[in-house]
Amino acid sequence: MHIVKYRRIFFTGSLILIGVALYSLFSYGLNLGSDFTGGTVMEIEYQNARPEMSVLKTSVDALKLPSISILPIGEKGLLLKAKTISDTEKDSINLALSQNGKSLFAEKRFSEVGPTLGKELSRKGLIAIVLVVLLIIIFIAIAFRRVSAHRMASWKYGIAAIVALVHDITISSGAMALFGHFYGAEADALFLTALLTILALSVNDTIVVFDRIRENLNRHSSNSFAEVAGISINETYIRSINTTLTIILTLVCLFMFGPESTRFFSAVLLVGMVVGTYSSIFVASNLLVEWEAWQRGKAIAKAKR
Amino acid sequence: MTKTRFWAIILLLVGVSIGYFNYYSEVNPQWSFYRPFKLGLDLSGGSRLTYEADVSKLNPADVADAMSSLREVIERRVNVFGVSEPLVQTESSAMSGTVQNRLVVELPGVTDVKEAAKMIAATPQLEFRVLKPGVTPETASSSDFIATGLTGRFLKRSQVSFNENSLSPSISIEFNAEGAKLFAEITKANINKPVAILLDNQIISAPNVREEIRDGKAEISGQFTVEEAKNLVRDLNLGALPVPVKLASTQVVGATLGSEAAKKGVEAGLIGLLIIAVFMITWYRLPGLVAVVSLTIYTMIMLAIFKLMPVTLTAAGMAGFILSIGIAVDANVLIFERMREELLDGKGLGDAVREGFHRAWSSIRDSNLSGIISSVILFWFGTSMIKGFALTLALGIIVSMFTAITVTRTLLLALGFRNRVGITKFLFGSAFFKH
Repeated sequence: MHIVKYRRIFFTGSLILIGVALYSLFSYGLNLGSDFTGGTVMEIEYQNARPEMSVLKTSVDALKLPSISILPIGEKGLLLKAKTISDTEKDSINLALSQNGKSLFAEKRFSEVGPTLGKELSRKGLIAIVLVVLLIIIFIAIAFRRVSAHRMASWKYGIAAIVALVHDITISSGAMALFGHFYGAEADALFLTALLTILALSVNDTIVVFDRIRENLNRHSSNSFAEVAGISINETYIRSINTTLTIILTLVCLFMFGPESTRFFSAVLLVGMVVGTYSSIFVASNLLVEWEAWQRGKAIAKAKR
Repeated sequence: MTKTRFWAIILLLVGVSIGYFNYYSEVNPQWSFYRPFKLGLDLSGGSRLTYEADVSKLNPADVADAMSSLREVIERRVNVFGVSEPLVQTESSAMSGTVQNRLVVELPGVTDVKEAAKMIAATPQLEFRVLKPGVTPETASSSDFIATGLTGRFLKRSQVSFNENSLSPSISIEFNAEGAKLFAEITKANINKPVAILLDNQIISAPNVREEIRDGKAEISGQFTVEEAKNLVRDLNLGALPVPVKLASTQVVGATLGSEAAKKGVEAGLIGLLIIAVFMITWYRLPGLVAVVSLTIYTMIMLAIFKLMPVTLTAAGMAGFILSIGIAVDANVLIFERMREELLDGKGLGDAVREGFHRAWSSIRDSNLSGIISSVILFWFGTSMIKGFALTLALGIIVSMFTAITVTRTLLLALGFRNRVGITKFLFGSAFFKH
């Protein structure tokens, strides 16, 4: 019951998180990967000590290639980003990085994406997001077509579930912007994949709570809506936490022990899953309670007049 | 009860034999079912080149043919590298009305992408070379031949012909006017000397010139099989690639980075599995243990599917699989929580188990459905990396519906506890909630 009683506190928490997310999205922006923008990414590792970054920077800048940048990785590693480059430009970059052959290095990975390919992926990505959102809205509509009690029409459940989803996606994207700003994480195709997976997984918990509210509205018809919502949350939150917990445990393992290339992918998924569980327990049903109370207040005011 | 126990034993045996298969098909190359995991380039190391084909000058009806012959030409060139299991495939994607035709070349183990790219997009090189001045034919080695400038560029056409006596195939070529003139000059200057004919820098044959050849016709008789001769003729006639190609993207992953990623992925999976096992057993006790057994069977089935389909495992694919392990226990959590509620309502153990499974089904179905919806869309839109993730996730969801429901249920019922007394009550209790 506490969850419903203190709902304003939870709303405030959510609003603060969303505020931080929006702030980082607008001020830092997403660090879009070369998957989307096109360009070159190269990761190397020096055999011995890496030359001074300032020295490397001077020799790389001397090449006068558009938007070329270098970043240190660990003790011996280096990440270079640039626009698409030709073979001769690649050779001169190699020379600059090896300080004319003095500091030998091994190329760990190299990736170059042409601008058309990048454009196509961002386009497809957008279409995919729109499609998933549409399908999930249809999915919610079907799941809730029969819920309608206490003056709460079924579409209101749908809206609340969608608000919870937007909440999850906004905060996850904000987290990605922060990772990008502070750790240089790239919002690449995998990030998009993470968002779509969050969409799919986080809607479920919400549906389960709502399902229980529907069941309990019939069973406890004398109780107020807020009370029924409270009972339903109490009955389902262990299960919500446990199901997410198993997923979170695997994600933590993937984040801590897994390959480098899926590190930020698992981090964003992790944020999404935690926030998704939070929103299904503390936000979604409370939104309904708030909505119902507001409706009732309006009805009473109308009756008084 | 006997029947349930029979099935439970069958399920366990099947699980064990799949596990046995997974192990031996990986470590024993002599075994007839040797089927090692197929690793993607990001795990095995190698390079991936994506070419864009310019089909704008072709009749739309011919595009498909042109692309498939492009694929064949390039596949043959790639085979020259001696790379194990290279992959050459065409891809087309329609975006806002224009169709993009692409060719993807994957070269496991190749990291010198510059060399590779050069060879792939080059045309088959036919070249005629003559001996350096001052070298006698008897002592000549392949490095003693020098270029004449007569190459496949001057080719008019070529065809397979057969030697009248030995019936072995040879290739007759015909030069265009310019080439014929060059050929005449070369042959005139080299009477009684060998002229080397090279294909892709390899000397195919070096026949002696008997007289000046003015008609621009020559014959290459090497040790061809009929098949080889036919292929060569087609390559030569194609001259350049059937469709001009442009390198659109390059991905190279070093072998160390790849194997490191693979190792870390396996580690993450194992640790994840272990932690989930500990969690399930401490929280749900006996049912938790049963869920862990089903989860192990699930893992075995998935690994076998990866081997048999085969699914090319990438880092993202592994992430999808590891995530699916977490999702796979979800169904069991739903069922056990429901079971707990039924027990609290005072139902008998068997009834509670049956009810738990029965009533959790709609939640399990819903949650898996939305996961599958997303996977399908991801698979459709994705690059190969995302496709790997979507595929393992979707497969995982489907297989886990079987293991988490059918397998767990059978095993649990086969244990056959009848009463809620003493040890049974403890075993089925939830550690953190007193009933």
